[in-house]
Amino acid sequence: MSNATPSSATMSGPLLRVADIHTYYGDSYVLQGVSLTLQKGQIAAILGRNGMGKTTLIRSVAGLTPPRAGEITYRDMSLRGKPPYVIAQAGISIVPQGRRIFRSLSVRENLLLPTSVLARSSQARNGGEPGQRWDFDEVLKEFPQLAERVNHSGGSLSGGEQQMLAIGRALMANPKLILMDEPSEGLSPRLVLRVQEIMRRLRARGHAILLVEQNLELALSVADEVYVLSAGQFVFQGTPADLANATQVLDQHLGVSGARMV
Amino acid sequence: MHSGILQAINGVSFAALLFLLASGFTLSFGLMRVVNMAHGAYYLFGGYIGLSITRYTGSFALGVLGGGLAVIPLGYLIDRFLIRRTGENHLAQVLLTVGIAFVLGDVALKIWGGDSLKVPTPIELRGAIELPGGIIYPAYRFVLIVFSVFVGLSLWLLYRKTQIGAVVRAGVDDREIVSAIGINIDRLFVLVSALASFLAGMAGVVGGAFLTLYPGAEWEILVYALVVVIFGGLGSLEGAMIGALIVGLLDAYGRWLLPEFSYFVLFGPMAVLLLFRPRGIFGREG
Repeated sequence: MSNATPSSATMSGPLLRVADIHTYYGDSYVLQGVSLTLQKGQIAAILGRNGMGKTTLIRSVAGLTPPRAGEITYRDMSLRGKPPYVIAQAGISIVPQGRRIFRSLSVRENLLLPTSVLARSSQARNGGEPGQRWDFDEVLKEFPQLAERVNHSGGSLSGGEQQMLAIGRALMANPKLILMDEPSEGLSPRLVLRVQEIMRRLRARGHAILLVEQNLELALSVADEVYVLSAGQFVFQGTPADLANATQVLDQHLGVSGARMV
Repeated sequence: MHSGILQAINGVSFAALLFLLASGFTLSFGLMRVVNMAHGAYYLFGGYIGLSITRYTGSFALGVLGGGLAVIPLGYLIDRFLIRRTGENHLAQVLLTVGIAFVLGDVALKIWGGDSLKVPTPIELRGAIELPGGIIYPAYRFVLIVFSVFVGLSLWLLYRKTQIGAVVRAGVDDREIVSAIGINIDRLFVLVSALASFLAGMAGVVGGAFLTLYPGAEWEILVYALVVVIFGGLGSLEGAMIGALIVGLLDAYGRWLLPEFSYFVLFGPMAVLLLFRPRGIFGREG
């Protein structure tokens, strides 16, 4: 199963390519032809109001809600028909909406789970640049507040700590690509700044991030490329600076007046 | 006074058997969210196979081991080719697994007949132990208690202290995320389901040595196992331990003090508990 990851030498295209995917959630037609590309070490932010399909896009890439049509390619490997665990082992980690840490497991157990024998991930063993690998100690160094609580249960942590744990858990697999679904949700402004800082550090360490956010300011401050999703389709694609000038998109699809952006 | 103590030992030894059966049942439910009503049939089938092995080889230990092992492939095939098709539909699961239990019961009837059969125990376990105070009690029941405590401790260590156990607990918390962090949850299902089948089959041999095996025994024991997991909370190993003790003792004292109401003594408290704690003693919210 670990042969699913091609060696980086043979890789030519972008890290992630989503080509015209159509995804259904039950009977509802959520993603109606969505395409994007993401390069190694870049951050793409998906913006849009609630219910426009942002989470479904994350779930499509992770294999949790596979698209019915279209193609998702990761490092030249088609993800079509691949179960979530194979996609994860190939180097795509998820920081899900609502954090979804394992509440009855301790912080230590939460972090070690992606490296357990049942998650035989070649990525977790070999991924990451030399000297840039994430392991238990390295993650605790990055998130010192977790270090004080390694034996506490995940459910006893504060919202901010749970978010750090969810990110730490994703890093333990040494992913090339991290899918982040509303990491700022429910966090205090100070913690949102912390999340922003973490994302920049992750990019500096070579991780690419596909970010779904409601927090426009956060998304624009970290993203290299911004997409706006409305009713299952992209209505905007460009740099954060482009979006700041696209008053009509901001007003119509994000519900912010252009004036507030300046 | 003596009878009271005697009933306590009766209750605890019955609890020991119930725990063997209910522990696997509750773990597999907690992880896979499948209500497998054929679990009682696994018990009976394992018991009969263990009986045949014991008769053939003369070794009770081999019978216990073989009865448990034999149910693993049976449980796997039923899981893989039948239960898997029901998806998340609990009603379909209950109907399907009840049907499977009927079929297995009939197959057992065809092979082992309708008489009540007792799994022969080794000579050393047939005697009685005299307790201080002059209480005489079958040695087998004491061995059963010790055996069940040993199995319970092993399961607890596996569940609470190992990485595999942590993965199973994570699966009880959030199956989808377990697969999204790179764990093949299907492989985990097979492991836990095999463990549950093994425990049920083994319980059949152990129980068949004092409760005997007969057509219909699978339903009687299944009702008890269900009450145990409802008391303890579905998916909780600790709950299965406590639930088995409560049910074993309620049953023993109920039969002794209120024989005509013995079922009420069991189900009355269960109903009251469900009113206040719908998820059982150790059941978690959500």
